[in-house]
Amino acid sequence: MAEAAMKVSNEIAITIEKMNKWYGTFHVLRDIDLTVNRGERIVIAGPSGSGKSTLIRCINALEEHQKGRIEVDGTVLSSDIKNIDKIRSEVGMVFQHFNLFPHLTILENCTLAPIWVRKVPKREAEETAMHFLTKVKIPEQANKYPGQLSGGQQQRVAIARSLCMRPRIMLFDEPTSALDPEMIKEVLDTMVELAEEGMTMLCVTHEMGFAQAVANRVIFMDQGQIVEQNEPKEFFNNPQNERTKLFLSQILGH
Amino acid sequence: MTEKASLAFVRDTMLPEQPPPASETGIIKWVRANLFPDVLNSILTIVALYLIIKIVVGAWPWFANGMWATSSLAECREILQGTTGACFSVLTERWNQLLFGFTYPNDQYWRPILAFVLLAFAAAPMLFAMFLPRKLLLFTALYPFIAFWLIWGGTVLTPLFALLGFVAAATVFPRVEKASGFASALGAAVVTAAIVWYVGGLIAGTTPNLIALEPVPSRDMGGFMLNFILGTVCVSLSLPLGILLALGRQSNMPIIKWICVVFIEFIRGVPLITLLFVANVVLAYFLPPGTNFDLILRVIIMITMFSSAYIAEVIRGGLAALPKGQYEAADSLGLDYAQAMRLIIMPQALKISIPGIVNVAVGLFKDTTLVSVISMFDLVGMIRGPILASTEWNGVYWELWGFAILLFFPVCYGISQYSQWLERQLATDHR
Repeated sequence: MAEAAMKVSNEIAITIEKMNKWYGTFHVLRDIDLTVNRGERIVIAGPSGSGKSTLIRCINALEEHQKGRIEVDGTVLSSDIKNIDKIRSEVGMVFQHFNLFPHLTILENCTLAPIWVRKVPKREAEETAMHFLTKVKIPEQANKYPGQLSGGQQQRVAIARSLCMRPRIMLFDEPTSALDPEMIKEVLDTMVELAEEGMTMLCVTHEMGFAQAVANRVIFMDQGQIVEQNEPKEFFNNPQNERTKLFLSQILGH
Repeated sequence: MTEKASLAFVRDTMLPEQPPPASETGIIKWVRANLFPDVLNSILTIVALYLIIKIVVGAWPWFANGMWATSSLAECREILQGTTGACFSVLTERWNQLLFGFTYPNDQYWRPILAFVLLAFAAAPMLFAMFLPRKLLLFTALYPFIAFWLIWGGTVLTPLFALLGFVAAATVFPRVEKASGFASALGAAVVTAAIVWYVGGLIAGTTPNLIALEPVPSRDMGGFMLNFILGTVCVSLSLPLGILLALGRQSNMPIIKWICVVFIEFIRGVPLITLLFVANVVLAYFLPPGTNFDLILRVIIMITMFSSAYIAEVIRGGLAALPKGQYEAADSLGLDYAQAMRLIIMPQALKISIPGIVNVAVGLFKDTTLVSVISMFDLVGMIRGPILASTEWNGVYWELWGFAILLFFPVCYGISQYSQWLERQLATDHR
């Protein structure tokens, strides 16, 4: 792996301070403190219902937080719609169920946001889109519709669609959980490639192999809290918290 | 042969493709599968054939002996001498009345006919947007003003200033919106349009004969033309209004949400006839005395409100059918609300809603005949009133109502077929 390209800078990309969130009276996220440097690749793991997806969805305001402070790329996330739209156009997101737009072709999926949000001319947006579709290795599918592609291809299109906005941070919300085993690899390969280029990434995933290979920090969450975080080697070989040990024994047990 | 050998199998030549047996193809297969698959179905087929033949043989003389050139029902009966036969002459003699009502000036019929022909050119860029250049939509935008001038007549200044008001509002809106937000831009646009219309009204009032067609008042509109005007105008107005209501009902802003909910629930809880009576009679009490608020306009407002409430609910169903992920994907890409709705949500929700919307549109078109109960002389009003009540044609039911069916059916069936074609065109999900 190209170690040089994977250097983490001292520049701060995301700051989260004492962030709390409730669904009604249910306390989903409790006192989350997290600082992400530019170029960091963070894997967030944890049992289902531990709040890991909710955490990254708070970063681009798909979920509202009720207490605490989130700052992304120097912009503080408030209820101001202008700030939210600014952050969203800087932060790419990839979903578990791809969420491609089924009424648009692959190419249109990729050019839509650059044309309407960034006001990029159509020709230029299409060139960018083809560049990123080539990067995720499916340029030949550009004129098909999402429904004609396999799950793995759709997820790679979703990654290309996010990249077309030239984001500085990428969020991955269980990107391989809805895929057949043989398609997981093609998506992970794409993500590894992104990491090697120095993209700041936060991934919620159960792919521990990916975490070991790419992440420079693994965060373990349970009951809405960060229970343990460490660099991957230490995290997997020498977990401290009992809950982490149990989780790792279950997930790596077979 | 040992047991082990019997399990192994290797194919060395692939089988060529063969045609299916003759009994499984073509018309013989179809007849066997659909008409005579078993005893019960064979009996039903034979009974049905018998009934069809009976009806055709029975009805044939009625058509064949039909009279086309008599001047009254009595004359028809005299010629027929008791044999079966239709009296189609009511259609030829009252042709213009059935189509245009009985007071539209005879020498001006070319105007609604021209408007009708132009409608085809105006509708095509909308209905077949995928095949025609977008520039043609300009004519679609101009069409309402052209059609109004052709049908109602008067000076060309009236529709011209109406158009100018919209253009002025559309130019003011984006400029103000950039400077001071959506709400004040909307206000400024409305004020601008109102000023243009007011000034335009004054100017048009002083020069009523400038490039003028003979003015025809609304009360002179009638026949199938009236149904068609009401149907076209109300369908094209209630679709956008229905979209706005459906979106308003989902709004996070409580005031907008509740206005929409109350409007939709109220309108859906009231019969259309009641609303039409309100338009006809009650509305006059709320207007200052002496104002003459055009009756057709009042009816258009009522029918539009009525069907937009229904369309709003149909579209709400389409919106609810979209996965939440579509909203989230649009949000996560940084699209604002208007862009997300226009580019992502509405195209999909409307596609899902097509059958429901068409259902409302067809229902609306047929419901335009209800205006006959508030003494407007649409097709049904003409037949029930001036034609059946006349001494010449009292008693000619089959021919007249059959003709009404002939006018309504192709339009409604056409709308239905178009919508199914459109659904096939938009099917991109490859399920």
